[in-house]
Amino acid sequence: MDRMIEIRWHGRGGQGAKTAALILAEAALKEGKYVQAFPEYGPERMGAPMQSFTRISEVPIKLHSHITNPSAVVVLDSTLLDMVDVTEGLPEEGIILVNTSRTSPQVREKLNFNRGKVYTVDATSISLSALERNLPNIPMLGALIKATNLLKIETAVISIKEKMGKKFASRIIEGNVEALKRAYEEVKGE
Amino acid sequence: MKEKGWKDIPIGGLILEPGNAKNYKTGSWRTFKPVRDEEKCTHCLLCWIYCPDSSIIVEDGKIKNIDYEHCKGCGICSVQCPVDAIKMVEEVKEE
Amino acid sequence: MARVVGLTGDEVAAEAIRQINPDVIAAYPITPQTEIVQRLSQFVADGLISAEMVRVESEHSAMSACVGASASGARAMTATSANGLALMWEIVYIAASLRLPIVMPVVNRALSGPINIHCDHSDSMGARDSGWIQLYSENCQEIYDNLIQAVVIAENKEVLLPVMVTLDGFVLSHAMERVEILEDEEVKNFVGEYKNPHSLLDLNNPVTYGPLDLYDYYFEHKRQQVEAMEKALRVIQGVGKQFAKISGRSYGLIEEYRLEDAELVVIALGSTAGTIKEAVDELREEGVKAGLLKIRCFRPFPGREINEALKKVEAVAILDRSASFGAEGGPVFLEVRSSLFEKTERIPIINYIYGLGGRDIKVEEIKGVYQTLQRIARTKRVEKRVDYLGVRE
Repeated sequence: MDRMIEIRWHGRGGQGAKTAALILAEAALKEGKYVQAFPEYGPERMGAPMQSFTRISEVPIKLHSHITNPSAVVVLDSTLLDMVDVTEGLPEEGIILVNTSRTSPQVREKLNFNRGKVYTVDATSISLSALERNLPNIPMLGALIKATNLLKIETAVISIKEKMGKKFASRIIEGNVEALKRAYEEVKGE
Repeated sequence: MKEKGWKDIPIGGLILEPGNAKNYKTGSWRTFKPVRDEEKCTHCLLCWIYCPDSSIIVEDGKIKNIDYEHCKGCGICSVQCPVDAIKMVEEVKEE
Repeated sequence: MARVVGLTGDEVAAEAIRQINPDVIAAYPITPQTEIVQRLSQFVADGLISAEMVRVESEHSAMSACVGASASGARAMTATSANGLALMWEIVYIAASLRLPIVMPVVNRALSGPINIHCDHSDSMGARDSGWIQLYSENCQEIYDNLIQAVVIAENKEVLLPVMVTLDGFVLSHAMERVEILEDEEVKNFVGEYKNPHSLLDLNNPVTYGPLDLYDYYFEHKRQQVEAMEKALRVIQGVGKQFAKISGRSYGLIEEYRLEDAELVVIALGSTAGTIKEAVDELREEGVKAGLLKIRCFRPFPGREINEALKKVEAVAILDRSASFGAEGGPVFLEVRSSLFEKTERIPIINYIYGLGGRDIKVEEIKGVYQTLQRIARTKRVEKRVDYLGVRE
């Protein structure tokens, strides 16, 4: 791992981009890393495009500025590809992960993005079958872990159980863990 | 009274001595002073109730005297007295 | 043994307050402080703290309730932001004047208008003359550490002044970071028990709070407040050292970052200090002798320490996250420049106003400031005394 990894999450209000950013940071913390996770706050409400961010580092994080050149970008909703420049600031070797049923060459073409790596996973279908609702954040977290090799999937499972344990029934938590693992297995890219 | 310096007073403007308003003699503020007629007074205690400076001294339910060290001479007692037993009399200045 | 957890600035403030376990909490929610109050309410509802939670109808009432509670001998705390601080203004001064050791996190937010919920220091800087001690936090760990120390500083017999612990709104309040949390017992022992020597509820020793205080004694009481602030300088340093014994983290009035041999120095406070450290590290790798002087304690102002720290410096830039309209620069600039006036050799010193209303500040922009300092050190000429970082022309 580089000295510091910065991740930008694109989602719509209510899809759990903030929660995913936090759970990723908590899991990394468990593996002894230094972390920062924060959402972008504005007048956004349910459905509005929003972003959240995660920083993971081997050394203490001193920075307190926004993330403008993320190492990886996660897009929770493919309809955002038409509205937001999700590749903005991505470096040459950057990673982009999109929730879509399309393939990564199709996404590359749509985004006109020829650099780095593009991964895709149908997190919405996975979520609908595991949770009977479109909550793509946790499966996308699973796919991100596979695509970046940031941490062990088991650590994320522990963090999900801790974070959701207080609020949700065990059926929902188990559904999320299942979705996490399925997306971890199913993500494809190049 | 010599006023104390900042090192010698309680902090925060606190007053640590309860009831020390008594030390401030306001009796000199008077131009007229209330004088009670013992003959007329029925000891109804209305003056005691109304006095804003607690200057009507009562003992065993009867008016004993007036505290001229604190009475400011406002005259409320004289107005309230139902039997006209308190007269406001001009203070005589000692030459 | 410390626990390592991931908490946001608001969450860690609430956690510190839970461990301090004050007798009374009176607070009113306001963005971006809301999560502090929300969590404290939850702690009370769950029986995790024994504090009496007063759900007041405004910040004016929150501070009023704290004043009453503190005068009665209770350890009282509240928390606020921006317009909330503005609404409690009258009582903020009264808390300091009555010498009540109330501790209050202030989540820095731009003071309207136009209305804005994001970070700048216009709220707490406005309160710099209110008689409150002000400790600024760089990151979530410092929020936690500062709050625990604040209680001990405020209640010190030589001090007896209220303390604001500030944290940058959203930048810290809503950012999760790695934080080391002490054991409940360690915090409990460190803060000890609050004993107001003049409690309103001590019936055997009646006391009057807040009597009329005119030109015969008011001035003397203000002189006492000045003295208490002066004494606080030493107490804050002492408590910072004591705190190191339980946490391993030592605190002073200022923090010197790679300042030892620095020629170009930026002075700042709050979360931006961290971003500046990053810029300093990068510049050092490029061979530039850059350094940071972080002001942790803005009130009382550590003028002597700043003078000492800037002995061998060639140029200084001061970053202000608030404007002082009509003044010759921002509040930190004015204070530092005035403090350096007595130096025999004058250091060129410039001021940048930045980050108003939450405008982001980046490492690159800070490196630009050091470049300007390099030019000033070379030419010995200051072209622009006060400038703006990150504003569009």
